[in-house]
Amino acid sequence: MTTGSPSETPPALVLDGVSVVRGGRTVWDEGTLTVPAGAVVGVIGPNGAGKTTLFQLALGLLPAATGRIEVLGGAPRRGNRRIGYVPQNYTAALGEAVRARDLVMLGLTGNRFGVRRATPDERARVDDALRRVGAAGYADRRMSELSGGQQQRVAIAQAIVDDADLLLLDEPLANLDLRNSQEIVTLLGELRRERAVTIMVVAHDLNPLLPVLTDAVYLLDGHPHHDVIGEVVTEDLLTHLYGTRVRVVRTAQGDLFTRSG
Amino acid sequence: MRFQENWLQILQTTFMQHALVGGSLVAVTAGLMGYFVITRQNAFAAHALAHIGFPGATGAILVGAPVTLGLAVFCVGGGLLIGLFGKRVAEREIATGTILAFATGLGVLFASLATANASTTTNVLFGNLLAISRDQLWLFGGFTLLVVGALALIARPLVFASVDPAVAEARGVPVRALGVAFVVLLALTVTMAVQVVGTLLLFALVVTPAAAALRLTARPGAVAALSVAFALVSVWVGLVLSAMVDLPPSFFVVSVAVLVWVVVLVVTRDRGRRTATPARGGHDRLPAVPERTH
Ligand SMILES: Nc1ncnc2c1ncn2[C@@H]1O[C@H](COP(=O)(O)OP(=O)(O)OP(=O)(O)O)[C@@H](O)[C@H]1O
Ligand SMILES: [Mg+2]
Repeated sequence: MTTGSPSETPPALVLDGVSVVRGGRTVWDEGTLTVPAGAVVGVIGPNGAGKTTLFQLALGLLPAATGRIEVLGGAPRRGNRRIGYVPQNYTAALGEAVRARDLVMLGLTGNRFGVRRATPDERARVDDALRRVGAAGYADRRMSELSGGQQQRVAIAQAIVDDADLLLLDEPLANLDLRNSQEIVTLLGELRRERAVTIMVVAHDLNPLLPVLTDAVYLLDGHPHHDVIGEVVTEDLLTHLYGTRVRVVRTAQGDLFTRSG
Repeated sequence: MRFQENWLQILQTTFMQHALVGGSLVAVTAGLMGYFVITRQNAFAAHALAHIGFPGATGAILVGAPVTLGLAVFCVGGGLLIGLFGKRVAEREIATGTILAFATGLGVLFASLATANASTTTNVLFGNLLAISRDQLWLFGGFTLLVVGALALIARPLVFASVDPAVAEARGVPVRALGVAFVVLLALTVTMAVQVVGTLLLFALVVTPAAAALRLTARPGAVAALSVAFALVSVWVGLVLSAMVDLPPSFFVVSVAVLVWVVVLVVTRDRGRRTATPARGGHDRLPAVPERTH
């Protein structure tokens, strides 16, 4: 499969007048925005604002009440192999029956019915994905025997194993210590550089992600908005967004930090 | 309890031959299903379905229908109801418990109405391998082909839907439909297994061998093979022992299965301890940025 030159690549996500209703309540509306291909997008907003809901729309798991959605140039549909997804609270469900490598393999072949052995090529791709996220060392361990951060890496390996063009990561840093979250952030930067993949990351703490973020989608006053990261990381906007005073600090090296209070 | 010197001849009788074949079919099916029962955290449903079958069997006796038919109708019906209620474990547990309670009530009613044949009721509760008829064997063969064939077909998406339902759904796996298909297969397995070990002891054949296998390995193929092997050994050794001392085979089948499980637990107890300690290597480094050379 060949892809056209970057200028022909359709945007990763387009919302046009989209509203979404869950349980009889409007979660958000008037969603009109375009996420360009190749961006690394922080998805921010307070609890219950509808960040996870946005991902579910893009995955075709939830219909829009009004408006038009386009994902990677097409309508959202379940089973779109071009999207890799790591849900929120990933670590909750996994039992002791699967090994890390089995889980990653499911990302490649898990939706196929019938009897078929994994091909050597498929196994190589699984190994490669595990290596990319730094999980090769525990590929044969059971998911239930891994720490939260290790499980998170395996989940990301599963999301990238099928060469997705769009990664939707719902709070992938939530369970990680400083060092592990920095390593995941580094990995996201590498993925984008090497494969031009678009990455959307839900996060409550922007700081660890700031080095790689290019854009942000923020849910403010019941509407989703998109902007480049520099326009979003401002004291006024973040303070408004979180309803508590947020300060933005720029270090002498030019690094941005946000802090509350 | 008395040792029977002629146990080798007993093993060659028709009813023993039927028991061996029927028990083996059940062992293969139950051993395979067990793996999925555990990955789906569905052990309670397996247990409940066995009991839901009880009113089916006593009801069949009441109206003079074949016991297998009554069992199948109630197990599959109960399975469908359980499968239709919620895909989340918590929802499923509540639905399962409620249906189980209702079925048990019906069972009590039917059993008291059908007072004539208490030994058949005992057979349903405790199973009787030695009462398997030739016709039942054909039926078991059909069930086994159906369950094993269907499992082979849906195994991969079913595992995906079981361990990782949110991602599986996003990936286009029909999570809900697979859940329903699975409980129907489970119901067919239970219908067979109940006649071997009875509703009260069924757990030992459907869940215990797979649980033991999973302690030893997590490679899917190896788990399936070991689980089937443990179930087969339980049935075979159980039958030979029952021929030797003329006691109900159910007891021996279950005892062997439990013994295997206990031995495996003891052998693998170190692994549990290792898991309990804080994971080593929580700080595995990412590899240095690899340069793409192609
Ligand atoms: N299954 C559901 N049925 C009905 N309403 C729901 C459902 N899931 C979420 N909601 C509602 O939709 C709104 C948005 O939820 P969503 O999970 O998208 O929030 P979020 O921004 O991801 O929050 P968090 O930061 O806590 O993860 C919330 O008000 C929530 O109550
Ligand atoms: Mg959320």
